Amino acid sequence: MGFSITYLSLIILIPLAALFLKAARLGAAQWWEILTSERMIAAAKLTFGASAAAAAVSTVLGLLVTWVLVRYRFPGRRLLDAMVDLPFALPTAVAGITLTAIYAPNGWIGETLAKWGIQAAYTPLGVFIALTFIGFPFVVRTLQPVMEDFGSEYEEAAATLGAGRWTVFRRVIFPMFIPALITGFTLAFARAIGEYGSVIFISGNLPMKTEILPLLVVSQLEQFNYEAAAVIAAGMLIVSFVMLFLINLLQRRLNWQNR
Amino acid sequence: MSQRPVTTESAPVRLLLIGAAILVLSLFLLLPLAAVFVEAFRKGWEVFLASLHDEAALSAIKLTLIAAGISVPLNTLFGVSAAWLVTKFRFKGRSLLVSLIDLPFAVSPVIAGLVWVLLFGAKGWFGPWLDAHDIKIIFAMPGIVIATVFVTFPFVARELIPLMETQGSDQEEAAVTLGANGWHVFFRVTLPNIKWGLLYGVLLCNARAMGEFGAVSVVSGHIRGETNTLPLHVEVLYNEYQFSAAFACATLLAFLALITLGMKSAVEHFTGHSTKGH
Repeated sequence: MGFSITYLSLIILIPLAALFLKAARLGAAQWWEILTSERMIAAAKLTFGASAAAAAVSTVLGLLVTWVLVRYRFPGRRLLDAMVDLPFALPTAVAGITLTAIYAPNGWIGETLAKWGIQAAYTPLGVFIALTFIGFPFVVRTLQPVMEDFGSEYEEAAATLGAGRWTVFRRVIFPMFIPALITGFTLAFARAIGEYGSVIFISGNLPMKTEILPLLVVSQLEQFNYEAAAVIAAGMLIVSFVMLFLINLLQRRLNWQNR
Repeated sequence: MSQRPVTTESAPVRLLLIGAAILVLSLFLLLPLAAVFVEAFRKGWEVFLASLHDEAALSAIKLTLIAAGISVPLNTLFGVSAAWLVTKFRFKGRSLLVSLIDLPFAVSPVIAGLVWVLLFGAKGWFGPWLDAHDIKIIFAMPGIVIATVFVTFPFVARELIPLMETQGSDQEEAAVTLGANGWHVFFRVTLPNIKWGLLYGVLLCNARAMGEFGAVSVVSGHIRGETNTLPLHVEVLYNEYQFSAAFACATLLAFLALITLGMKSAVEHFTGHSTKGH
């Protein structure tokens, strides 16, 4: 017990406390100045906007893929199921360079997009693509156990009462999955806000245009603005913690409902 | 004509959905994976092999192995003892401890590096003291190791806690009644029960340790041949427009990912239940 708690404190708690103390050294006025600088606001808009959009798309795609993996039997299903975890397992730097290669104007998909006049790499669209890649497995892996445990008795009852298949899905099945979808969305969103490796290659990192918050932290650090870096980081951490807290709250309520 | 069960869709809808899911997964997941290998071999085998034989690449591989070699055993030890503590005993603050273990998952990798710079960097809290004693942590190997330990911290505990929770402690109690001491109980009763979960946790921990980018990037200083891990080496090569070399090194990391996924499927196959989560 002593070992676990000492180790936890040394590795996690003390360093995080140091971060908040460093940020607290600056007064409220300086906090305000850092957090409302034009570059900071542009980075925050991009980070939160692209993260929310990516998490939303991940949720829709995740619902489709999970449904197919859980409900249907077809050759190659196990392989596909294993592939879902690829974004977890693939180092982020590798994901970053390979997504850039694909979506660059001369890449496999980028070339086609370029014909329609869409540029993906080095634009906010590229950031969104990378974040969707990263967030996708969170949705599938959150929804999958819930869908597997979902018995068919409700569907049978609804069908007995004369409901069509689409109505059953919309009115009976989908509402049961909403909590898991929200949890998956939030996990994907939280991960996307902090994501660094897979984004910085495809984004092009133009200040005011395609610069994400974690990159802003790094660039402040490289200019030895330790305090500013600490303030931005503290702000990001507070957002993440609040979201984790909300997920916990949601899950506690669900456990209570299922009892 | 046979009636289809009311709890499934008609064949065309089924095929359409399966097709859509396969399309999403291939475009989205398989294509990037394939691209790594295609780009790596674009200039042929010789360039590929030369990129891996390069001195800077070899030193990056070595540093990656050292960082994983230290952080994985440390966090495995912690993971097992924390999971044991949390699942076999009831005490005040137990659920707080579980939340704290998960904390690094909520922290951006960049911040995971930043905290160490604030503590040990030149302008950090212990900076002047370390400087006076000529100890280098930031922009040196120790910094890379502790940043890796931070980001890989929860993996083993995270796998074991739910597993040990469902198993309860009946078997341990039986063993104690029969006169076994603490270590005996652990090695003869608990460990055999959790071995697959433990293996999977260690694998995930290792994959993240070897692949970590953001956190080590902040503390490394990118000194070629000295403080570049394999993912950082990939970045350096890429930024120098040596694309084939960058992708060649990336194939090693992609292989690591594939092995991890393969082992995961194998573990699920052996245990007959799925290992969900991160």
